[in-house]
This record gives sequence, structure tokens and C-alpha cells, in this order.
Amino acid sequence: MSRYYEQRFKGLNLSLKDKFFNLNFGYVFCITLLALIGVVVLYSAANGNLYPWAIKQAIRFGFCFCIMIVLALVDIKIYLKYSYIAYFLVLLLLIGVEVAGHVGMGAQRWIDLKFFKLQPSELMKIAMVLVLAKYFHGCNLQKIESIKGLIAPALMALFPATLIILQPDLGTALMLLFTTMAVFFAVGVQWWKFAVLGLGALIATPIAWHFLHQYQKNRILTFLNPENDPLGTGYHIIQSKIALGSGGVFGKGFLSGTQSHLNFLPEKHTDFIFTMLSEEFGLIGGVLIILLNLIIIAYGYIFAFRTTSYFAKLVIIGLNTNYFLYVFINIAMVLGLLPVVGIPLPLISYGGTVMLSVMASFGIILCMDVNRHINLGRSSLGDD
Amino acid sequence: MNRDNDKGKILLSRTMFLAIVNFILLFVLIGRLYYLQVFQALKYKTMADENRISTRILMPIRGTVYDRNGVVLAGNEQNLSAMIVAEQTPSVDDTLAEFKKYITLSEKEEQKIRKEIKNHRKFVPVKLKDNLSWEDVSGLQLNTASIPGVIIDEGLNRFYPLGKYTAHFLGYVGSVDEKEKNEDPLLTVPGFKIGKSGLEKFFENKLRGISGDVKLEVNAYGRIMKEIERNNGQEGESFHLTIDANLQKYAHDAFGEHSGAAVVLDVHSGEILAFVSVPSFDPNLFTKGISHEDWNELLYNEKNPLVNKVIAGRYSPGSTFKIAVALAALENNVVAKDKSFYCGGAMTLGNHKFHCWKHSGHGHQNIIQALKNSCDIYFYEVAMLLGIEKIADMARILGLGSVTGISLDNEQKGIIPDKEWKLKRYGEKWQQGETVIAGIGQGYVQVTPLQLAVMTSRVANGGYAVTPSFTKLSLKEKAKIKKLPISSKNIEIVKQGMFEVVNGANGTASSSAFNVNGAKMSGKTGTTQVRRISLKERQSGIKKDEDLPWNLRNHALFVGFAPHDKPKYAVAVVVEHGSSGSGVAAPIASKILQKALELNI
Repeated sequence: MSRYYEQRFKGLNLSLKDKFFNLNFGYVFCITLLALIGVVVLYSAANGNLYPWAIKQAIRFGFCFCIMIVLALVDIKIYLKYSYIAYFLVLLLLIGVEVAGHVGMGAQRWIDLKFFKLQPSELMKIAMVLVLAKYFHGCNLQKIESIKGLIAPALMALFPATLIILQPDLGTALMLLFTTMAVFFAVGVQWWKFAVLGLGALIATPIAWHFLHQYQKNRILTFLNPENDPLGTGYHIIQSKIALGSGGVFGKGFLSGTQSHLNFLPEKHTDFIFTMLSEEFGLIGGVLIILLNLIIIAYGYIFAFRTTSYFAKLVIIGLNTNYFLYVFINIAMVLGLLPVVGIPLPLISYGGTVMLSVMASFGIILCMDVNRHINLGRSSLGDD
Repeated sequence: MNRDNDKGKILLSRTMFLAIVNFILLFVLIGRLYYLQVFQALKYKTMADENRISTRILMPIRGTVYDRNGVVLAGNEQNLSAMIVAEQTPSVDDTLAEFKKYITLSEKEEQKIRKEIKNHRKFVPVKLKDNLSWEDVSGLQLNTASIPGVIIDEGLNRFYPLGKYTAHFLGYVGSVDEKEKNEDPLLTVPGFKIGKSGLEKFFENKLRGISGDVKLEVNAYGRIMKEIERNNGQEGESFHLTIDANLQKYAHDAFGEHSGAAVVLDVHSGEILAFVSVPSFDPNLFTKGISHEDWNELLYNEKNPLVNKVIAGRYSPGSTFKIAVALAALENNVVAKDKSFYCGGAMTLGNHKFHCWKHSGHGHQNIIQALKNSCDIYFYEVAMLLGIEKIADMARILGLGSVTGISLDNEQKGIIPDKEWKLKRYGEKWQQGETVIAGIGQGYVQVTPLQLAVMTSRVANGGYAVTPSFTKLSLKEKAKIKKLPISSKNIEIVKQGMFEVVNGANGTASSSAFNVNGAKMSGKTGTTQVRRISLKERQSGIKKDEDLPWNLRNHALFVGFAPHDKPKYAVAVVVEHGSSGSGVAAPIASKILQKALELNI
């Protein structure tokens, strides 16, 4: 079978139909399953109502699913070709909302698209991965291992990250930087450089502390000792742990989570949705969610290994890391392992922005996998 | 190309590394979840329940206190109050304005209500007005449409149907003081009231009952979602007192405008049939919250309505003390029944002259005559023969000078003086003159009306050591009453004297005599000075008591029992500044005893 495909597709442009049937349906199935679980939990979060969240979330998923398929079926070369343009366009948007935010739209850092609030910072995560992949795709190992070769990509990441920190959205900015570092790491930047960076960060921490907003400081302090402030910022995390712990192995049952339904649990439909799910479905439900995410991430790495071109590999690694960061930070946060930074659980938390961003990522990842036999040589960078 | 191969190889190994790190981190999450939901599940389950379950204490219904015939003396009255629930009205202002059309609210009350509404969550009912009448409530209920958000709440208030008549022994209930709080959570419930004085306080443990509780599921804002469990607790114990409500009211009213105290005891058991201290106060004012003016009026009234004069009023017994002195004399064989002394109106001891109340003198008086006429000279002589110690001993045997042990606070001991007492108190030796005036119940001697009633009962019942009690004595308790070390023969002589006081021709209380179906009263009058009469005044002519200001007039006393032949009721009456035992106290006592006989308690 595979030999048949190899012969058929090698170096050829695939038809749309071929591409569609070449989509990894296991991957798509896991994504859909997670999103459906999300809708069910949102139904419970509204005390057994489709409104106001479940139905809207389901429609959003449907829309995003289409976007994912479209992005999976476009020509892979487009990603390579337009990545710089995409990056600069998103950067302009980012600057645009930043300026508009200062001029008079308050703290609004998004563009309203009815069903979605388009956050340029979310788009930037994808654009950043594409642009880094393209940059490193065109580098040789020597350049990667030299300091000079890292200046350009570092600046490409730091500039938007700074803009995002100023918004202020520390969580998203950190995710962007972590994703960038994961790509740097993957391409082979030497260990010692990361060590130096880590050391520098350690020294910079007390300085950075001064520039943090009070609420950000509080979140970190509260994370270090939530019982310190049980009615203020610590309340969220204490209530989250109570909800999780009291769920036990089998949970309190669908629609029966006391912590969530009696409103002790804050943000139960957004950032703390994992807590609500684990309160009602127990350890079994919680582990199921983590394992589904693990499968999705594992698929991502498999795709990265089996795809041919360097660009595609890097795109998958970057986007997959981004997705992993979402899942890990959100769950670690509600489990009390990380400070509360306001990162939602993708596919499950209510909200359009992140849904759109991760579904777009999945679409691009799928596209890389569909076109895994196409070798985008370094030469293809300059062929038009 | 080689370098390109290396570039690919490095990417492969680094990606492998990243993947492994990702998986490890995800498994860390699973581990953490396992730790929270398995190892710490119990701890967090408890915390979740603490969040969700709010336990409210249910106040027990306080026990009812009845009189001996089942008349309610202290009960619980429905307290209807109007509350407002802010979230149930579109406009609090409109509702309040409309509400004021039916029920008046003062400026102050309205301010307080607005503050309370602001301070509570919107679903918490805030009290608008309590102690509403049925008319008020029906008026509100007819107009519910115009006052949305107003609800009627039914609570219970302690209520004393007899009001001022029973205030001094029942006492009253009030809010719990900080220092009265203990580990019982019931005491911290707002609005919970406990006995503050009187029997309400003494029988607090019996009356209170046991609190129940209700477990409610509440949400994070405190709103009640549902009831989980209810434990109704236990009502307080109700019980009967020995008081007769009719006699109580009658005795109280018998005082008219006078100030004083009266007690009626069952002579065989010591059971208290009436317990009167006048003037009194309305304890219902205290349970509803007394106004500043009302409180000041009670506090600064010269007749001391707040003082329980039956047990806390200390009075010189005056001539009523002669009962004890006469018994002491007979018991110590100082005088025989027929022994007489001559009364010429005065007696000189050293350079002191002691007067009889009758300045012309009584002539020869034996013990019966001396009691009948209340001859002071006779008792001066007897007292000198006895000495203070023997007088004091008898007084104590009869129950004077020590607390009776009644179940009320602030009972006074009074004073039965003797040599040791004086040395201790004043560091001085006892003077014979002091024995002389002690012989007529003046000087240092001080007793309470209750003690006088106990003395009278003990004489009337032939010498049994009854003690006063508000609750019925069991047969076993009655059998335990001891005989006092006084011979029945001597008691009969004294009782004979007391009979003559009332029923003999010209006895000091002869005007108060009665005959209710053959039942007659015996007794002894007493009139005691509350001021010292100076020699100068004595020479210039003593002012008539009626001409003195009220608070300098003599106290009037009477102790008595009836029927004389088969004693049943003993009474002690003290009229503060009543001027005359025979003229004021005896008629009151007489009326009370007649009423008791009529009621046939």
C-alpha cells in the first residue's frame, strides 16, 4: 500500500481528493472527541443548559473544524512561501491593537469577529512558528550553531513578545517565548547557550519582578502559598483543589459537582473547566482528558518524524509544542502546580480565540503530514 | 550535504528529547491528579462539605411556667414581624414608601433598615418591624401587590401574661451577654434569649431545652439551595409553680399605692402561694427592649420597683420579733405563762429611759396580754432576763437572719445580732441596752419579709422547719421536714397570744379580724422607726408620723396565719413607710388571708 502511495505521490502535486483521504483520521477523531467532551462539560457548567455556552461552543467547533480541513488541504508550499508576509501582517495587527488600545479602546486587545474575538497574539504564535521554521530551514548547521545566526530569529521572537507583555498578557508572551526556545532547541542550538540563558533569567528575575503588575505578583505569591490569602487571589486555587480532591476516583457524577454548581469554583467554564470535569467525572475523567491530549501530542511527534522536509518537521514541532504548553500550563495551574496565569484548556474551555488558534494549528500540522513525502529542498526557498 | 545530514540527525534526536519531556510532564500531571483525588480525597471531601453545608441552629421553644392551677405565668407569644427581601422588589425605595403607609417607621428605623439592606446580600431578609399586631399583618397582606418584597415572619417572644404581678419572682429573659457565652453554639445565635433574673434564670437549664439544627446546602454566596437534614432538638421543660395567680394578683392589688412586700406560704410545706413586691414593673418591656425613659423611670423611682423587697428588702421586724422573744423566754423558762411585769409606760436602765409605745402604760401584763397589746416594757424585761444570745438562738431557729435558700438571686441574710457579731462588726462589746431594744425587734435586728413568713409558718405549723419553695414538694420531701427544738406547749401559748392580737378585745389588730366560715386569723403587728427620735424632739413632743415626709415615716408590718385552729396559710406583710402595723399592714394581711381562704388553695 505504502509503496503504492510513494510511487504515486513522489514529487507530485496531490489532488484534493487524494489529500483528503490522506488526512490522519485518528488525529482528527481525537480532536473531535475532546471538543465534544468540552461541549458536554459546558452543558453541565450551565447547570444542564445548552445555553449560554455549550451550543455556541459546538457551533464554533464546527466552524473551526472547517478551517482546519481547509488549512490541511492547501498547498504546503504556500506556508513556506508566505510565512514572512504572514509574520509581518500579524505583527502589524499586534502593533495596531496596541496603538488602538492606547488611543482609546481601553484594554481591548482583540478584533471582534462576531463569533470570535481575534487576538493577534494568538495568531502570532502560529506565524512565529512558520517564520522560524522557514528561517532554520534555510540555515546550515554552522549558522545554527553560531551566535550570529541566532540574532535574527531571537529578535523576531522578542519583538512581538515584548508587545504582548505590554498588553499586558504575560501568559501568552511566555508561551510564545517557550515555543521559540523549543524550536531553537530542536534545530540544535547548543546546550550551553540554554544554560547561559537560564542563568541570565535567574539573575534577571529580581529585576523583572519590579516591572510586574501587582496582580501578576499576587498570582505568583499566591501560587507559592495559596493559604496565605484564602479569600483573595488564593481562593481560586484552594477551591479548585477542593473540587478536584472531593471528586475522588469516580467523581460526583454528571451535573452533580457541588463546588462548581454552587459557584465555589470560579471560572468553571473557562480556565477551571478541567477542575469541573474532574469533580464530576473523577480521576477517570481527568486521566482520560490528559491521555487524549497525550495521544494528540504523540501523533504530532510521529508526524514530525515521518515527514520528509525540514521545514515541515519544524512547523509540526513548534505548533505541537505550543499545543502542549496550553494543555500542560492549564492543567498544572488548576492542579496547583503552576501559578494561575489565565491560560485556558484548548478545545474544552469556552472561548473562540484559542479554539480558532489551536484548530488552525491542527490544520497546518495535518497539511504537513498530508504532504509528508514532498521534499521541500533548501532550493525551493528561492524558486520564486 | 554532510552537514545537512547532521542537521537532520540533530533535529531527530532533539525532537525525540522534546517528545520524552512532554510525555514525562503529562504523566506528572496524572500523578498529581492521582495524589489529589486518591490520597487527599477525604480531606478535600470534608472541605467541600464544609463549603456546601451550612448548619443553622434551631432555637428550642422555651418551657412554659404555669401557676398551681395551670394559668400561664410565662409563655411564648407569636411575634409577627415584617421583613424585606431586596431582590424580590424592583425598587426598595418604592416598597419602603408604600410600607410606611401601613406601618409607621421612624427616621432612625428607616436609616437602620437601609443600612442593613446595603450590608447584606440581596436575598437576605432584613427586618422592617417586629411585634406587629394581627391588624397590621392583615393590612399588609391585603396590600401585598403594592409592597413587593415584604414578607411576614413568625417568631416567638417570651411573654408574661400577668406582667407586673409576677415580675419579681419570674424575672425576665434577655439577650446573651458576652461573658455568659460558652461552648454552646446556641448562645451565639442572634436574638436568642436566656433567663436574666428570677426563676427564668434559676430554672434556665430546664426551661431552655436543647437546640436542634438544620443542615442546608448553600452556594458560594450563601443562598440556600435545599435542606439536607433536620434535627428538631427538644423543647424546654414546662412546669407548675406553687403560686396561685388569683391570690398573687389580689395580694398585689391589696397594696394600692403603697410600697412593700407580701408573702403567703403554705404553713405545712413552705410552698409559696403569693410573692408580692410593690411597686413592680412590666417584664414584657424588657423582652421587647425597654426604652431609655422607661428604664430611667424604674431606676430612679424612690419606691424602688426593681428591688425584690421580699428577699432583698431588709427591715427591722419591730414587734413581730416579739414572737421569737416570747418563745425564747418560754423555752428557757425565763417566764411562766402567768408571770407578769408591770408597764408604767417607761423603764430606766442606767441613765437611759426606754419607752413603751403606750406612754400611759399597760399596767400588769402576762405573756398573752403583752403579745396582744404589744407591750414593749414586758419584752424589755424578758429580753434582759434572757440575754441577747438566747434571743438570737430562737430567732435563728425560726429562720431569721439567714438566707432561706429560695431559688432566686440576691437574697439577703438580714441581721440577728449577738455579742460575737457586734465585736466582729464594730469591734465593741455588747451593751445591755442593745439587748433591751432587740427585745422589741429594733436596733441591729434586720430581717426580710420572706424570713418573717417562714417564722410565722414555723410557729403556725407547731414547730416544723419548713423552708419556702416555688415548686411543689413531693411526699418524700414533705416527710423530711424536721421538727424544731421547740415544745408544742410553748408554741401554743404564743399562738394564743397571736390569736388575742387579732381577736381579743382591743388587740392591736382587732380591727382586721374576720371569720370566714369559722376560720379566724392570728398574727402580730409591728411598727418600726426608720429614724432616730432625739431627746429634744421627745421633749418638745413627737411629731405625728403622718406629718413626716413619706420616706421618714415608720414601716408597718404584720405577720399572721389562718385558720387559727387548723393553720393553712401564713402571711407576712411589710408596708414601707406605712406608718402603722395595725392600721395599714394588718388590714392588707387580713384581706390576703381571707382571699386565700375563699380560694381554698
